[in-house]
Amino acid sequence: MDAIIALEDVHFAYRGASQHVFDDLDLSIPDGAFAVILGPNGTGKTTLLHLILGYRRPQHGKVYIAGTLQERYTRREMSRLAGLVPQDEAVAFDFSVLDYTLLGRAPYIGPLDMPTENDVQIAIKALETVGVAHLGMRPLASLSGGERQLVIIARALAQQPRILLLDEPTAHLDLSNRNRVLHVLRTLNQHGTTVVMTTHDPVAAAAVANFVVLMRDGKVIEAGQPEEVFTAERLSATYGVPVRVLRLEEQILAFNPLR
Amino acid sequence: MSATYPDYNHRTARQLRYLAVGLLGLLLLSVLWGRYSGASLLSPAELWHDPLAQRLVMTLRLPRVLMACLLGMGLAASGSTLQMIFRNPLVEPGFLGVSQGAAFGAACAIMVFGTVPFAVQGLALFFAGLGVVLSYLLARHIRFGGWVLRLVLSGIAISALFASGVGVLKYVADPLTQLPEIVFWMLGGLYAITWSKLLSILPLAVPSLAVIFFMRWRLNLLSMGEQTAFSLGAAPTRERAIALAAAVGATAAVVSVSGVVGWVGLIVPHMARRIAGSDAQKSLPVALLMGGIFALVCDNVARTLLAGEIPLGTLTSLFGAGLFILLMTTANPWLRSAA
Repeated sequence: MDAIIALEDVHFAYRGASQHVFDDLDLSIPDGAFAVILGPNGTGKTTLLHLILGYRRPQHGKVYIAGTLQERYTRREMSRLAGLVPQDEAVAFDFSVLDYTLLGRAPYIGPLDMPTENDVQIAIKALETVGVAHLGMRPLASLSGGERQLVIIARALAQQPRILLLDEPTAHLDLSNRNRVLHVLRTLNQHGTTVVMTTHDPVAAAAVANFVVLMRDGKVIEAGQPEEVFTAERLSATYGVPVRVLRLEEQILAFNPLR
Repeated sequence: MSATYPDYNHRTARQLRYLAVGLLGLLLLSVLWGRYSGASLLSPAELWHDPLAQRLVMTLRLPRVLMACLLGMGLAASGSTLQMIFRNPLVEPGFLGVSQGAAFGAACAIMVFGTVPFAVQGLALFFAGLGVVLSYLLARHIRFGGWVLRLVLSGIAISALFASGVGVLKYVADPLTQLPEIVFWMLGGLYAITWSKLLSILPLAVPSLAVIFFMRWRLNLLSMGEQTAFSLGAAPTRERAIALAAAVGATAAVVSVSGVVGWVGLIVPHMARRIAGSDAQKSLPVALLMGGIFALVCDNVARTLLAGEIPLGTLTSLFGAGLFILLMTTANPWLRSAA
């Protein structure tokens, strides 16, 4: 499999910050993967997504998306290639679910143009894909946390992207909503979308990933198949606390025993 | 498939038709309604035969009625735009020093040139623009907070500076000739509108309104967070700057001839969102028409209720604040985020 995302010798530091986030980061994510970036809070997972998207630019090094240098893409081209589900989607006005999802069509609509009927149909289709089409006319603010997260995913899907980037999509969800979101993401991946998701939750990662990147302090500790990566030793190194790994009914469970 | 959402676009189309018909009817009525030896409605026959009535309508009422309409539209569109790009439903067009800048400019002109019409308008426009530029420059030098917070803070500071300048001018103004002019200008009104004044602001007002009108769907995108707007292919900073320039242009143009007319730009976008939803593609045209209607109704009351002119700004504040209280005390989901 070719890499759809490749970072080479990437160096990145926030302006005015004395410490860099990444120093000589190398990472490649295979096309069609369900990749999970796993690591403790504050390790640079969000920054990594921003570098992939071009929202932030590395001071040194190169980022390739689908074989082309990231900075060669225009914003519009990039927005057709990759959709983002940010961690905090603050919506200041009370849009209806469909109005909000339609924003995902922006990459295909000129700055002075309006969405067409075709755009509306694609937005409705995106809502159907994640299973919330019946909520279309509801105000976004009236949804539950899980429904809201699914609608945000639908908004990104309306971009018809090859790559879906998600920043901690399950962080604030209860068990059933977490699984609902993960199930939708896995189905999308099975239909060909490359999914790149950050999380600090190893159980969620193990449940869906077919490619895992373990990160700590801006460094990749290990990247590869979940079976190889999910060992007690490597997870302990990632989180800096003792982690135990169990296999139960073909699922991998990783946890930090409370003593 | 669209059968799932049969009402998605049609409801707004219907609302827009009603509002457009309402505004046109009101325009016609306003031209005929007024004090012509007592508050009354001119009959078409009267208008046909009475040359004085014809001159009254053509040189006084028509430009004034059209100006009231443009004033309401400009303030409503500007308010909608600013609320979207600053992601804050409580922003109004006069902030960023526009209103107070215009007031200071008008006061200066009255002090120096007396009531030479284009001097007042020109200086009001110039200082409204200067207010924005100063707010912008100050915001760039504030060392904390996000861009929106910095702009709002510097807008408050620059407005206060201009307000104190107006205070000084009022203090030194001749209490018999200049002071009443300044005070009356600051209360807002369309009593001195002529065709030439109306036409003189069109080159700024019309392009500004056109930019806002055509960008209206894009405004939704600009009301999202930075990451989201970027990931959807927008250039948030540049596009917000364009929308901001258009909103300020529209406000400065109308305020330069009307004086300070408050509340229209705050209350009308709220009512429009209440009727048409938050999507600016639908709510902005509604806001434009409602703004026109609101200002026209207020101005009609201002010029006909009493024998003397009631300041328009006073009436828009009265009606605006009243409606605002009414809206706030009924269930309104869109104010949630303002808390």
